[in-house]
Amino acid sequence: MISAKLILFLPLIAAVFIGIQSRTVNYKFAQLVTTSCVFLSAILSGFMFHKVAIRHEEFTYPLIDWIYSGDFKADWAIKIDTLTAIMLVVVTWVSALVHLFSIGYMAEDPHKPRFMAYLSLFTFFMLVLVTADNFIQMFVGWEGVGLCSYLLIGFWFKKESANAAAMKAFVVNRVGDFGFILGIAAVYVLFGSVEFAEIFKNPASAVDVYWDILGYQVHAITLTTILLFIGAMGKSAQFGLHTWLPDAMEGPTPVSALIHAATMVTAGVFMLARVSPLIQYAPEALAFIAVIGGITAIFAATIALTQNDIKKVIAYSTCSQLGYMVFICGLGAYSAGIFHLATHAFFKALLFLGAGSVIHAMHHEQDMRKMGGLWRKIKFTYVMMAIGSLAIIGAPLFAGYYSKEAILGIAYHTDSNVAQFAFWMGALTALLTAFYSARLFFLTFHGKPRDQHAYDHAHESPWVMRIPLLLLAIGAVFSGYYGEEILHILSPVGEFWNGALVTAGAHHNPLEHIHPPHWIVPASISAALIGAIIYGWKLGVARKLAEILAPLYKLSFNKWYIDEIYDAVFVRPYKKSANILWRIIDAKIIDNMPNGAALASKYIAAGLSRLQSGYIYQYAFVIVASILMILTYYLWF
Amino acid sequence: MEIGLNHYLTLAAIIFIIGVVGLFINRKSIITILMSVELMLLAVNINFVAFSSFLGDLTGQVFTMFILTVAAAEAAIGLAILVVFYRNRGTIHVEDISELKG
Repeated sequence: MISAKLILFLPLIAAVFIGIQSRTVNYKFAQLVTTSCVFLSAILSGFMFHKVAIRHEEFTYPLIDWIYSGDFKADWAIKIDTLTAIMLVVVTWVSALVHLFSIGYMAEDPHKPRFMAYLSLFTFFMLVLVTADNFIQMFVGWEGVGLCSYLLIGFWFKKESANAAAMKAFVVNRVGDFGFILGIAAVYVLFGSVEFAEIFKNPASAVDVYWDILGYQVHAITLTTILLFIGAMGKSAQFGLHTWLPDAMEGPTPVSALIHAATMVTAGVFMLARVSPLIQYAPEALAFIAVIGGITAIFAATIALTQNDIKKVIAYSTCSQLGYMVFICGLGAYSAGIFHLATHAFFKALLFLGAGSVIHAMHHEQDMRKMGGLWRKIKFTYVMMAIGSLAIIGAPLFAGYYSKEAILGIAYHTDSNVAQFAFWMGALTALLTAFYSARLFFLTFHGKPRDQHAYDHAHESPWVMRIPLLLLAIGAVFSGYYGEEILHILSPVGEFWNGALVTAGAHHNPLEHIHPPHWIVPASISAALIGAIIYGWKLGVARKLAEILAPLYKLSFNKWYIDEIYDAVFVRPYKKSANILWRIIDAKIIDNMPNGAALASKYIAAGLSRLQSGYIYQYAFVIVASILMILTYYLWF
Repeated sequence: MEIGLNHYLTLAAIIFIIGVVGLFINRKSIITILMSVELMLLAVNINFVAFSSFLGDLTGQVFTMFILTVAAAEAAIGLAILVVFYRNRGTIHVEDISELKG
């Protein structure tokens, strides 16, 4: 059990040790400590994965008694089952590689120790989240990663836009977290416990519970799961609460790779899988989840088509892929969702770090319109980005192929309206994904250099940045094959999961490989080829297309005006009403209460102080007179 | 005429009232105030001794000895304060002493 503790606490030790002396410590020492701690944690996670997921020795190891209040009980424990083991491997490995990458990427930053400490702290909180054995502990990790996300998005605190983005991420996540808290409260009301073991022992017992809310009869489990899902929507940037994710790209690129692509944003999907024994009793909630996921997938993909910032494209692509994971969870196939989570973590981290390498090569230029022709200059990055792009497109034998095939196949073969909706959204998204990935790749690496000066000075990244890319590329190529063909990760009732997931619906035959219609892969590849031709060689066509489809182009380019709508509906009325409250309620009414009291006591005191003349004989008179009065009172009455 | 308890108590009351009145209507020297306080204490002492004798209980007379001691100490301290005050301010006129004003 010592290894479980080490996995969890090594990053914390590194973060605290470096964090408290971040101003004074030698940055090389800081990088060495944090990176090696997280690498150690990652290696131990590998062994833990073998032990738990392959030899099926899952366990729950209590750490401390934590909160006891009446009937309420929440302990701190490390729960590791197959689901957690997968997350452990993904989180610690991506984190370790990002630590390594950051050494190169942040080489010119003056605050390296602080950055490394934040990264390690994030890793710790993410591990708390995935090893939680109750909702409260999970919530600690949930908020902890949110905090670290805030700190890291706003890492370049001198940039105003970074501060604004950090704040936005925090506030939008609060909306989701509010749902999550209410969901936890609902779980507690329903089951009298927040511990997974207690709740999932017999969730069917609460199937017939209805709550009376404002005169409506509400199915308790449906409401609970929808509340929990609102939490997941915030963290996993689902449609409606997605607006913080693209803005979060203000942070350094390694942060985007670790937090906003591979790990934190997948916490929502992880949570859905974790509460799978509960969700299966709420078919309406499942349908809701699937629809939101489907909408997110297509919505984000359409935006990614027209963005010019290389990181924004990948951010929207992340959002879109999260949509895949969520809708497949909504169809009850959590195993496919988690599978895609794992493969996506590798290839998306690869794409992000590759983009980071490009940005590094271009001296922190992120606009793709100023790139082009870079493949001659940075061949290694070029190959890595090619692998990442092929993986996300779903080219056969790459990781994304297996997980996306599974998702689309399951959706296609599930017989319900929601599943059909999700399938068509997903299929369309796959085509768009292929197109914009090709666009990103060819705009960046092919064509003529559009900014000759930057092109001339472009240089390949140092080895600390190339090694993580290489390792992630291995993951992006082989994790799909490994997961499906060797671990049989997709069979939800099979050996591998060992009861960690419970599946809704009866549509999963574990032995049968489910494939989507055969046209998906060729169609994706052709979409990618079209994108390649347009953006590699015929940029004029792209400009023509944008002119012909101007309304659509503008809609996509301006992100469907969601930010503007939120600004008009929420932000500005809120600011206005806050202003009114400030000027009238606060300044005039509330402030006048203490001010008035202070003024009154001042006047009363001025009057009373005149009684105090300072003459001894007057004081003596008052004393004697009072004694006389008191004596008179006691003697006569 | 037999001199009884009443006479002693009346005398004590008269002395006490002289002390109180001296305390209030005196506008001159602060020494007068000290003397008035002494008078009030002595009036109380007379009461103590009278009752002690009347009741045949020595406690009252013992108490008188204590009060005399305390009164002496108090007078000494009071006069010492006066001397210091006069040195600082050049006056011990009651009307001029109003430092305790709020």
